[in-house]
Amino acid sequence: MSGGLAEATVVRLPRGVRLRHDQARGGWVLLAPERVFQLDAIAHAVVERVDGERSVAGIIDDLAISFDAERQRIHDDVLALFRSLIDKGVMEVA
Amino acid sequence: MSNAATTTAETAAPAIAPPMGMLAELTHRCPLQCPYCSNPVELERRSDELDTATWQRVLREAAELGVLQVHLSGGEPAARRDLVELVRTCAEVGLYSNLITAGVNITPEKLRELYDAGLDHVQLSFQGATAEVTEQVSNLPGAHARKRAFAGEVRALGLPLTVNAVIHRANIHQIDDFVELALALDARRLEIAHAQYYGWALVNRAALMPRRGQVMEAIDRVEAARQRLQGRLTIDAVVPDYYARLPKPCMNGWGRQSLNITPSGRGLPCHAAETIPGLEFWNVREHSVAEIWQQSPAFNAFRGTDFLPDACQSCERREIDWGGCRCQALMMTGDATQMDPVCEMSPYHDDIQQLAIIDAERDEPFRYRRFERRRPDRVRQPASETSD
Repeated sequence: MSGGLAEATVVRLPRGVRLRHDQARGGWVLLAPERVFQLDAIAHAVVERVDGERSVAGIIDDLAISFDAERQRIHDDVLALFRSLIDKGVMEVA
Repeated sequence: MSNAATTTAETAAPAIAPPMGMLAELTHRCPLQCPYCSNPVELERRSDELDTATWQRVLREAAELGVLQVHLSGGEPAARRDLVELVRTCAEVGLYSNLITAGVNITPEKLRELYDAGLDHVQLSFQGATAEVTEQVSNLPGAHARKRAFAGEVRALGLPLTVNAVIHRANIHQIDDFVELALALDARRLEIAHAQYYGWALVNRAALMPRRGQVMEAIDRVEAARQRLQGRLTIDAVVPDYYARLPKPCMNGWGRQSLNITPSGRGLPCHAAETIPGLEFWNVREHSVAEIWQQSPAFNAFRGTDFLPDACQSCERREIDWGGCRCQALMMTGDATQMDPVCEMSPYHDDIQQLAIIDAERDEPFRYRRFERRRPDRVRQPASETSD
C-alpha cells in the first residue's frame, strides 16, 4: 500500500482519523476507528504538518528548517512514519 | 494542606488514571432479536431512559474527565430520536464518536444528518454473511439487504466503516464469507468477535456454543486472512474464551480504561457487572461521571490486582490479564474475587472446558432477545412496552 510513497506524494488523514491534544494525559493523540495512537513529540511535529495539500518534500523541508536538522535524516524518519501510519490505515495518499 | 490528618487521608490514595473510552448504551430498544446480545436479560425500559439534556451533560463530563472516544450503542442507538443532537455534542466537546448500529432503521437522510453533525465512524453488525443466516439470527426479515444498502450509504459519504460479526455455532462456518463481505462493502476494519457468554448469550449458550474443532479452524482462517490482507483490511479478533488456556484481559482491567453508562444512567465497569451481587452502582442522575469513575464502590471493588488470590499475585501475567473476568469468576466459582476459570491455573479450568464441550453438543433453539411482558406487580406506563 505504502510502497509508492515519494517526496512528491501528498498525504492526508482520512475521514475518521483526527489529531487531538490530550489534555487529561498530556501530549497528542491520533483518534481512529476503535483505537488511539499516542504520538511522541517528534511524531506530533510531523503529523501536525499533514494538511492534505503540502507534499512530503514540503513537510521535510519545513521540518529541516524548524529543527535545524540534516535533511536526509528527516527524510528517512518522515517516510518511515508515514509508511507505518498508512499501513495502519490512519493515513492515506491524497 | 495545613490539616495533617486530612492531607494524609487524601494523598494516600494513588491517583486514578482517567478512562480513554465510554460506552454509551443509549437505549435497550432494538429492531433485532439476536440471541447473543450482551445486554442483560432484564432490559431497561424506554420510560427509564435518560433524557437528551442528561446525556449531553454526561458527554461533556466524560470529555472533561479525559474520555477520548465514545461508543454510541444500545440496543439500537438510532431508536433514540435525539441521536443527531448527541453526536453533535460529541463533536462540540472533541469526543470521537463511534456509532454501533444494526443499520436497519437509519434512512439516508438521517445518516446525512449524523455525518453533518460530525460522526467519526460507523460500526455495522452483520449476524451472518448471507441473508439466510442474518435473518435467522436477528429474527428480522429483510435485515441483510438493508444492512448492505446502509453500508453503501456510509461509504458513499466517505465515513469509515467497520463490519462487526459476532461468531457462534450458527455462523462459524462463514469466516471467509465475512472477510469477503467486508471487502465487498469497502470496510477498512472487520471484527470477528466470538460470542462472550453474558446476558442473553449466557441464556442461549447451549444454542450458540461451537465445537472446539470449529473454533480452532475459525482462528486459523482469521489468521490467514489477516496475513493475506495486511494494509487493506484490519481484522481484529475477540477470542472464544471457554476453550482458551489464558483468560481475556477483561476491559483491560476493571476501572482502568473504560466505563459503560446504561440507558437509565447507571455507571458500570463492564456490560455484565450488574450480575455481581452486592456491588453498588452510582447513577449519572445523582453523580458526575468523574465521581462515578473515581469514587463509586462498584468501580473501586476490583481496581488493580490487590483483591486477587495469591496464585495471581505471583503470576507474571498479573498486569496483562488482570485476573480475567470478574463476572465469569463469580459464575463458575461463586466468588467474584477468584481468578477467571478460563485460566489454566484455576481449579475450575476443567469445569468450564467441560461446560463448553457439553453445550456444543446440545441442540437448543434460540431464545430471542425481547422485552418480557410486565408482571402485574410491576406495571408502569403502557407506552414503554413498544419497541420503537
